Amino acid sequence: MSVRTALRGSRSRAYVVGVAVLIAAILAGLLVGPVRIGAANVFRWLLTFGQTPSGMSEQEALILAELRLPRVIVAGLVGASLAASGAAYQAVFRNPLADPYLLGAAAGAGLGATIAVAYGPTGAIDVTVPVAAFVGALVGVGLAYGLGRSNVGGRGTTSLVLAGVAVASFLTAVQTFLQQQRSQTLRQVYTWILGRLGTTGWDDVWLALPSVVLAVTTLWVVRRLLDVIEVGDVEAQSLGLNVTRLRLVVVLAASLATAAAVAVAGLIGFVGIIVPHTVRLLVGGSYRSVLPLSVLFGASFLIVVDLLARTVVAPAEIPIGVITALVGAPFFVVVLRRNRRAA
Amino acid sequence: MKVEARSDVVVALEVRDLSVELGRRPIVSGVRLDVPTGGWLCIIGPNGAGKTTLVHAIAGLVPRSGSVRLFGRAADALGRRERARSIALVPQLPAIPESFTVEQYVLLGRTPHLGLLASEGARDLEAVATALERLDLGWAASRRLDSLSGGELRRGVIARAIAQEAPLLLLDEPTTGLDIAQQLRVLELVDELRRADGLTVISTMHDLTLAGRFAQSFALLSGGRVVAEGSRGEVLLPHVIAEHYGARVGVIEDGTLGWAVVPLSGPEP
Repeated sequence: MSVRTALRGSRSRAYVVGVAVLIAAILAGLLVGPVRIGAANVFRWLLTFGQTPSGMSEQEALILAELRLPRVIVAGLVGASLAASGAAYQAVFRNPLADPYLLGAAAGAGLGATIAVAYGPTGAIDVTVPVAAFVGALVGVGLAYGLGRSNVGGRGTTSLVLAGVAVASFLTAVQTFLQQQRSQTLRQVYTWILGRLGTTGWDDVWLALPSVVLAVTTLWVVRRLLDVIEVGDVEAQSLGLNVTRLRLVVVLAASLATAAAVAVAGLIGFVGIIVPHTVRLLVGGSYRSVLPLSVLFGASFLIVVDLLARTVVAPAEIPIGVITALVGAPFFVVVLRRNRRAA
Repeated sequence: MKVEARSDVVVALEVRDLSVELGRRPIVSGVRLDVPTGGWLCIIGPNGAGKTTLVHAIAGLVPRSGSVRLFGRAADALGRRERARSIALVPQLPAIPESFTVEQYVLLGRTPHLGLLASEGARDLEAVATALERLDLGWAASRRLDSLSGGELRRGVIARAIAQEAPLLLLDEPTTGLDIAQQLRVLELVDELRRADGLTVISTMHDLTLAGRFAQSFALLSGGRVVAEGSRGEVLLPHVIAEHYGARVGVIEDGTLGWAVVPLSGPEP
């Protein structure tokens, strides 16, 4: 059956392309920066795995090890998290416009993190920020889902997003208010809100990594069941699926991933829309492919966006969330219009 | 196609005193049904009679009171997946994930056969291939669902239920929106499966002529209650239909054309 082979082929090709693009993005992220470090040196540094190769200064090695590499890793983790949680929210809410940013998850995480920064014990920020961000993300999604669902029967898509936008605005307002109350942390929080990877170090890698691995692994495990939800709650139940429990697990995992991303990188919108929808165009709608490929392409996407953010107006940096919004908002409109035509 | 042999149990479905309330409003009340293994029961009744609710209650999808026994076992004692291996539902308005291929969609029918972490094996792919062949959709395996016609799509949904390999098939209005040829085709395929595999079929239908030609027994639901049940000759009678549907009909039995319910116009004689 040639059509089938062609389709399978396009999927495995998508994985090959995904891995190649990720490797290229990582290399580009290491190569490009205000200090010129030759490609040969970067490769040798990578191959010696952290040893300073001959012909390379200690300073250059330090720039790679302490500045560029952690930044690339965090950008990759954040991109993978936001793209995977976007795909996961879209699956369990059966809503193509669901996104951690638009659902209020990111704003909730932001509020939680702000409370932890501004009012929490100063010594334990490494623990309090991620936990508060996770709780905040769940509150955001819970509110958006609760408010958006009540007047929707079946497949209404816009009301969940409208509720999410309202929730996000409200939570952001509360956050801004709290932030103003604590002006000494104002600058710190403000730069963080706009999405920052400029001060990223290994601390951030270790802060995000456990949550991201746990959340993305969970989503990867249930990716087959995300397909079952596509036929709606009643039919999914008739196929023996515990829809309520799956939805809970997926929302917890996606919110954990969102919280981890927000805790290290601030509010970055639209990644959860742009990446999964692009992947769907390439390989179709089954989450068996959409989820893992969103992780791969999400990581590459944000590494590249971060690269743009720090080079376009160098030596200054554009907040990364500004770039994703510039790309993502028009993309969102396209998805909205396609969806409306289909409905 | 293999369906678990249930030759030791004659009754596929036994429903006693089944009632469903939605928001304290009774939708289905005191329903009693018996369907023999390999039989075809058609639930008929006017719009709003509670047919879909009754079907969903049998499938365990809405809270109900009363008892449902499947092949001799209490439905309440079955786990979700176990129940889904006994009953396959083809809903009236299935949600169609358009960007799925037909094969990916039919594969969803294997869900109750797979553990949480399991992925499909050769056995599952074989069940999907068989189901597609049975419904003349083998050629469409790699086609996207949004490229199928209405009739092909309906057969795709039934193929998903067949891939589920449940011995009891619930069809809620399987012919809605299909042209007359596709209606016949879908029902003939279902009847073939029933005869060949010993499937038990329960369907709801509005077209009484088609219902009368395919089903073996009938339950007329009106206001949530079974008001008539039995064979075609006992239920599909002009005065019974007139009473519960509020429509004047005639029943024709013709040696060459077969059996039909036809609407009558004009004033009552």
